[in-house]
Amino acid sequence: MRRKVILWNSIDWVTILVYLILVFLGWINIFTAEYDEEHKSILDISQRYGKQIIWIGTTFLLAFLVVVIDSRFYHFFAYAIYGLLIFFLLAVLVFGREIHGARSWFEFGPIRIQPSEFVKFATGLALAKYLSAKHLNINNIKSLASAAIIVMVPVLLISLQPDMGSALVFFSLVLVLYRNGLSGSIFFAGIFVAILSILTLFFDKLIITTSIIIVSFAVFWIVERKMKYVIYAMAIFAVISGSLYGLKELFTFALSIYFILVMSVVLSGLVYLFLSYRRKIRNVSIIYFLLVGALVFTFSENYVFNNVLEPHQQKRINIVLGIEFDPAGSGYNINQSKIAIGSGGFSGKGFLKGTQTKFKFVPEQSTDFIFCTVGEEWGFIGTLTVIALFSILLIRIIKLAERQRSAFERLYGYVVFSIISFHVVVNIGMTIGLFPVIGIPLPFFSYGGSSLWAFTILLFIFLRMDAGRMEHFI
Amino acid sequence: MKDFYSNRKYVIAGLFLFISLIYIIRLFSLQVVNKSYRLSASSNVSRSVTQYPARGLIYDRNGELLVSNEAVYDLMVVPNQLQKFDTANFCTILNISIDDVRKKIKQAKDYSFYTASPFLKQISSKTYAVLQEKMYKFRGFFVQPRTLRKYTGEIASHALGYVSEVNEKTIKENQYYRMGDYIGKSGIEKSYEDVLRGRKGVSIYMVDVHGRKMGSYKEGKHDITAIVGVNIVTTLNTDLQEYGELLMRNKIGSIVAIEPCTGEVLALVSSPCYDPALLIGRIRSENFIKLQQDTLKPLFNRALMAQYPPGSTFKPINGLIGLQEKVIYPSTEYDCDQGFYGGGIFVGCHNHDSPLNLPRAIQNSCNTYFCNVFRNILENRRYGSVAEAFNSWREYVMSFGFGSKLDSDFTNELKGFVPEASYYDKYYGKNGWRAMTLISLAIGQGELATTPLQMANMVTVIANRGFYYIPHIVKSIEGQKDIYSLYKKKRKTKIDSSHFEVIINGMDWAVNGEPGTGSTARRARIEGITVCGKTGTAQNPHGEDHSIFIAFAPKNEPKIALSVYVENGGWGSTYAAPIASLMIEKYLTDTLTRGWLEEFILNTNLIDHEEKGNTLE
Repeated sequence: MRRKVILWNSIDWVTILVYLILVFLGWINIFTAEYDEEHKSILDISQRYGKQIIWIGTTFLLAFLVVVIDSRFYHFFAYAIYGLLIFFLLAVLVFGREIHGARSWFEFGPIRIQPSEFVKFATGLALAKYLSAKHLNINNIKSLASAAIIVMVPVLLISLQPDMGSALVFFSLVLVLYRNGLSGSIFFAGIFVAILSILTLFFDKLIITTSIIIVSFAVFWIVERKMKYVIYAMAIFAVISGSLYGLKELFTFALSIYFILVMSVVLSGLVYLFLSYRRKIRNVSIIYFLLVGALVFTFSENYVFNNVLEPHQQKRINIVLGIEFDPAGSGYNINQSKIAIGSGGFSGKGFLKGTQTKFKFVPEQSTDFIFCTVGEEWGFIGTLTVIALFSILLIRIIKLAERQRSAFERLYGYVVFSIISFHVVVNIGMTIGLFPVIGIPLPFFSYGGSSLWAFTILLFIFLRMDAGRMEHFI
Repeated sequence: MKDFYSNRKYVIAGLFLFISLIYIIRLFSLQVVNKSYRLSASSNVSRSVTQYPARGLIYDRNGELLVSNEAVYDLMVVPNQLQKFDTANFCTILNISIDDVRKKIKQAKDYSFYTASPFLKQISSKTYAVLQEKMYKFRGFFVQPRTLRKYTGEIASHALGYVSEVNEKTIKENQYYRMGDYIGKSGIEKSYEDVLRGRKGVSIYMVDVHGRKMGSYKEGKHDITAIVGVNIVTTLNTDLQEYGELLMRNKIGSIVAIEPCTGEVLALVSSPCYDPALLIGRIRSENFIKLQQDTLKPLFNRALMAQYPPGSTFKPINGLIGLQEKVIYPSTEYDCDQGFYGGGIFVGCHNHDSPLNLPRAIQNSCNTYFCNVFRNILENRRYGSVAEAFNSWREYVMSFGFGSKLDSDFTNELKGFVPEASYYDKYYGKNGWRAMTLISLAIGQGELATTPLQMANMVTVIANRGFYYIPHIVKSIEGQKDIYSLYKKKRKTKIDSSHFEVIINGMDWAVNGEPGTGSTARRARIEGITVCGKTGTAQNPHGEDHSIFIAFAPKNEPKIALSVYVENGGWGSTYAAPIASLMIEKYLTDTLTRGWLEEFILNTNLIDHEEKGNTLE
């Protein structure tokens, strides 16, 4: 019994308090989003708000169970739990029930469970266990690949359902790798690629190609610090591209400017590589291959966008980037969601007074777009409060993670941070039109038992680890 | 353990806080700075009015307008905006009772407190004019313009279908529909609902405290434009359709006419029919109940849904299968002494020349001949058992489109029935039946069931010498290059095209044979046009047999193929053949040379006067 008393005292009550507030706010927002004149009681279990209180009750029970288990259990069984959940992901592809075109749900009588929600914490445990092994160098290709496999297996299986939103969540785990020492250049290169891919969709490939070439010259200068080299390099490029252009004009070849530019990069590249080898200028080949890599990337992204993505997916991405304006088409959801939030004003329309939401203008009101209800009925004060609560929770998680004594527990803390923050950023971002519409719930807030259960388990495993951080080391 | 990367916690936390900050700035600009999103905190100054687009128009194949729209007005109510009003005045204007008002407001509240629902539908323009001036007195009410269907003629009610309000089930299943919306319930209106309906829009208006419209909100920046329904050109030929309905007056039955080279349905008559205008507007529900209770079932689309045994019209198919299986040849002859005797079973036949070869057996519609053919097919040594041979026969039959839906763009099409060997196993036990047991199939009786559409399709196959296109009723959809490829794909039967000529000759002789040679359908003859046809009689256990005729014309390069059913019409040659003949003449020459024949048909009344179904006309 002694251990339980310690647990009671050492568990982080700040986090639990924020958690409880979020769950409670979520519940009353589900109530107002789904409010039905016929069923005025918030406890009416024929309605979603009544059902949510059942989920909340069972969730507390689950949280209690998670906390009373010995914290070494999670370390010891990390891979087993991961394996079990992967098995469920496979099973759901076969036995699952198809809803809205995705086979993501198990159905047991009146209850539906979405295994992909639970795979998140399981993958986190496995990844943390793998990365916390002694003498592991994360920048070693082999260990990086192993970590990637742990993450990509669920991504692949969830994509098969298909549920792209849930699959994308796992990419947030790169933050965990970064915290554990993943080379900063790889991390920021990833971010650079993300930015480049957005720009590629925005601008013509000619502009992108030209900019990449100019950036390469700039990088060359930064690395070598010799203006002379840069001018030589530019001159070589100018001569080659100029003569190609001349040939085109002379013989009236049907060549596009883009083609000439790419040809010039290839031909001048040969010259650069030869000269740099002769004069022993380092870095030229690295910069050159990065340049080619970036060009291939933009080209293939364009290809994928135009030939692989479905038209409705292209449209959704375009809407967010503001490329197509189409209020009656696929921008409808975002537009309606923005109107709902915007109409809330500073202090909101008041509890149960929202009209945008009552008219059912916004789809998925109580699940993915629950933040609209907050915006409409509680105004800027409400949205600010919710963002502040999430910020407190997430910063607190970092703080707790950093005070862990073992790498496993610290890394798991970052898993919790990555997954929750990705959900918050993407979910809120899409309702205010800063992100594409990716159907993932707002943690603790959105209607739905699976997500509430899964986020609670995710968080409380970590709280259990934190509460027990003194147990096995003193 | 040393941790070199501890400082990265700041980068990670910073990244998140940076994004949060951007979000807060964005929210501040959305909610506080940017007033354009702030519709109102009280929801009184703006009101969303659904813009109902007009449904698409429907034309016939020659561009003649069949269905259009006319404007009406719905009075809508939003319960939470209601305030006390002068009920007496309100009732006088609308000509309703106070009880009605109470009842309707209760209904609206039951549906939703905040969402508008219809209070009184389809107010005439005249009432609307009076009401509009007094609207400011009735807060919580507003008027919504709608369109109703308007029909140019009184024809093709079954093919066109009708539109009515969505029911609750549809509202639950489909996000698009709201209470009071219209939806196609049958015919083209149903099968092309997605195309015809267009897309609803929303206009947001500024409204003052008295509920008066003060112009559009933000110059319509947040409005959603309604998209008008797309127009459809059907394959129907109005003249032919109208004529078909005229000929079928006072008779129960159907006519299906198809253009063989495309599968386009030229006419689809189901009799008795009704005036489509009966099913629009406020009179709809009353009329609908009347039509539903009519003993002659005018709402029942016989052309697609009535299933009869095909009778002798099925003989050409058995002939074709016999040829394909090489169990008979065109020259094969059988004796007929007024019937077929085999295995203790007797099938009667009428008096005609004997022996006959295949085309002449078709001409004379000889039962004996086709019983022999059918026995040959089932007792074919190629197959291990009768059951195996039977299933092979069934596959041939199915390849003509029998026994399953044709996948046409009609709703409510029925499958018909072609039994499997296992069906008989159940009745007679395995190996408990022989060719003789099923002999009635030889002459299209027994368990077979086909629809008039399937029969017309069968004629199409014969006319085309072995293939068909799925019968369809829509020729083109405005703005779309082509109708669905489904209807452009040639469907081949399992019979070689070379076998058809013999059968077609038989059908030619059945109509045009010399007097005294036993032609069964001489009434279908048209001077100058080679009509090929076959009579049939569907046995009817409840009364007089049904008269059936299938035909196509001209013999070479056929332009029209059709099936005609006249219930309780007796022999196929009596009524069905003349009707088919008149239809063909009308379509091919647009003139009528045989007034006496037309008169005979028009004066025929096969419906008992006691239960005459035309009380609604």
